[in-house]
Amino acid sequence: MALDPGTIRDDFPIMCRQVHGRRLVYLDSAATSHKPRPVIDAITDYYERFNSNVHRGSYQLAVEATEALEEARRKVANFIGASRDSEIIFAKNATEAINLVARTWGRANLGPGDPVVITELEHHANIVPWHMLTAELGIELRWIPIRSDGHLDLTDLDRLLDGARLLSVAAVSNVLGTINPIRQLADAAHEAGALMMVDASQYTPHLPTDVTEMGADFVAFTGHKMCGPTGIGVLWAKSELLEEMPPFLGGGEMILNVTKEGFSTAAVPWKFEAGTPPIAEAVGLGAAVDYLSGLGMEQVREHEVALTGYALRTLNQRYGDDITIHGPTEPAERGGVLSFEYKGIHPHDVAQVLDRSAVCVRAGHHCAKPLMRVLGCAATSRASMYVYNDESDVDALADALADADVFFIE
Amino acid sequence: MPDLEDLYREIILDHYRNPRNRGELETPPATRAEGFNPLCGDEVIIYVQVAEGVIEDIKFGGQGCSISQASSSMMSAAVKGRTVEELQQFNHAFRSMMSIEPDPDDPAPTNGNSPDVKLGDLEALKGVVKFPVRIKCATLSWHTLTQAVEEAIADS
Repeated sequence: MALDPGTIRDDFPIMCRQVHGRRLVYLDSAATSHKPRPVIDAITDYYERFNSNVHRGSYQLAVEATEALEEARRKVANFIGASRDSEIIFAKNATEAINLVARTWGRANLGPGDPVVITELEHHANIVPWHMLTAELGIELRWIPIRSDGHLDLTDLDRLLDGARLLSVAAVSNVLGTINPIRQLADAAHEAGALMMVDASQYTPHLPTDVTEMGADFVAFTGHKMCGPTGIGVLWAKSELLEEMPPFLGGGEMILNVTKEGFSTAAVPWKFEAGTPPIAEAVGLGAAVDYLSGLGMEQVREHEVALTGYALRTLNQRYGDDITIHGPTEPAERGGVLSFEYKGIHPHDVAQVLDRSAVCVRAGHHCAKPLMRVLGCAATSRASMYVYNDESDVDALADALADADVFFIE
Repeated sequence: MPDLEDLYREIILDHYRNPRNRGELETPPATRAEGFNPLCGDEVIIYVQVAEGVIEDIKFGGQGCSISQASSSMMSAAVKGRTVEELQQFNHAFRSMMSIEPDPDDPAPTNGNSPDVKLGDLEALKGVVKFPVRIKCATLSWHTLTQAVEEAIADS
């Protein structure tokens, strides 16, 4: 059954609020999604009924809190098709999850001249950790270019992967919306003897995720873009890799034993979760995946394809050559992220004018400055959609855009 | 919300559409500095030629929103031909208009604590204060000019 954004909106308390006396038109879900009532309630419920520290308490409350944390891990594992719950590492966000791989697997396995391959459409979160290893270890960073249609240019893939140790790619571009051929890339990486990491931050919220089908070795994503709270992200990795990887941060929770002479690490996944974990946030993420499963991820994606198609048609028909929407033109090949340029007006000014109509879009480089350079612009305006958006939001964007002319077009 | 008309005043839009002193200067003798606004990706490049304590010439380049471009244009028109001392007074007065606390590292104006600086066209940027996220757009060119002038003096 198709999603009904009107009903879904009722699940999101923030949708009741007005901005500048108008209905909120939220088109920035690629930055962060809103939170449905069940997620907010789960977090409140945790603090009101279970709050205590996990794993070492023998009293009832601590047992329940531990069970709530591990139940959230089970839910997330189930949601992404992980074969074991222990393959789910809770991190602060996707950035920390990627850094975890760079700092642990990377430091243990990479050396001078070892190639790591990424793409031109990566978020800074999947660029800077590798730049840091270039500075620290002298690894070689290679870039898969993009074509003018927003897809990866895989012409030279074999050459780029020659000798590579890791291929790390965003499943969906946070700027162009491009859905990358992850399985094909993973197979090519493995054939070349490299491991495959997927930054699924813009994928897991919108498409059914199956880490086994992806063929990946590492998958990172964040909770707050998929109806969950901020402060929780996930690294999924194959058990055999996690077993061999050295720990990330040192401290409580991640140890088996500590003496004056040294320490030994706890079992996976706790080996990678030093300190008190984000318990309430994990519980919230568990509620978020329940919520999304309730909607059905196939339906979530169908809704996105339909709405993206409507948005592309509406904006292109109304503004023609005055608007440039970056990325693939086929809704089926992309997510609901529309980066656009309008009449040469700076995105910062476009976003400011749209705000007057309570239309929330993001303006800037979207943490993808190398991609901006490839696109030949310093910034874009970006409208991004989710389950609570419908055609009326797209219409509001299209209407409000014309207001920019008043100030900037003579 | 504050009126957008407060932000996008006609004089600002005029400087945006018809920027003064946009271009490049040969380095050397001019000094070049780059400024970035990491939030939105705006970039400003300032070329400045300083001789005997006077800003003899100034040009700016880069890309940015109407506020950052207009601010660069207005600033260049205001400081061209002025002394470095006068620039410091302008900078101080501008930052104060932008509601920015004085930077303890900034050289204090040398002709008294509250110099009667006429900001002229730059006064039009006052409305930016009502849109706090845009203040950095307005101040980026000033930071960059300060940096360029410091480098020019250090090199001389």
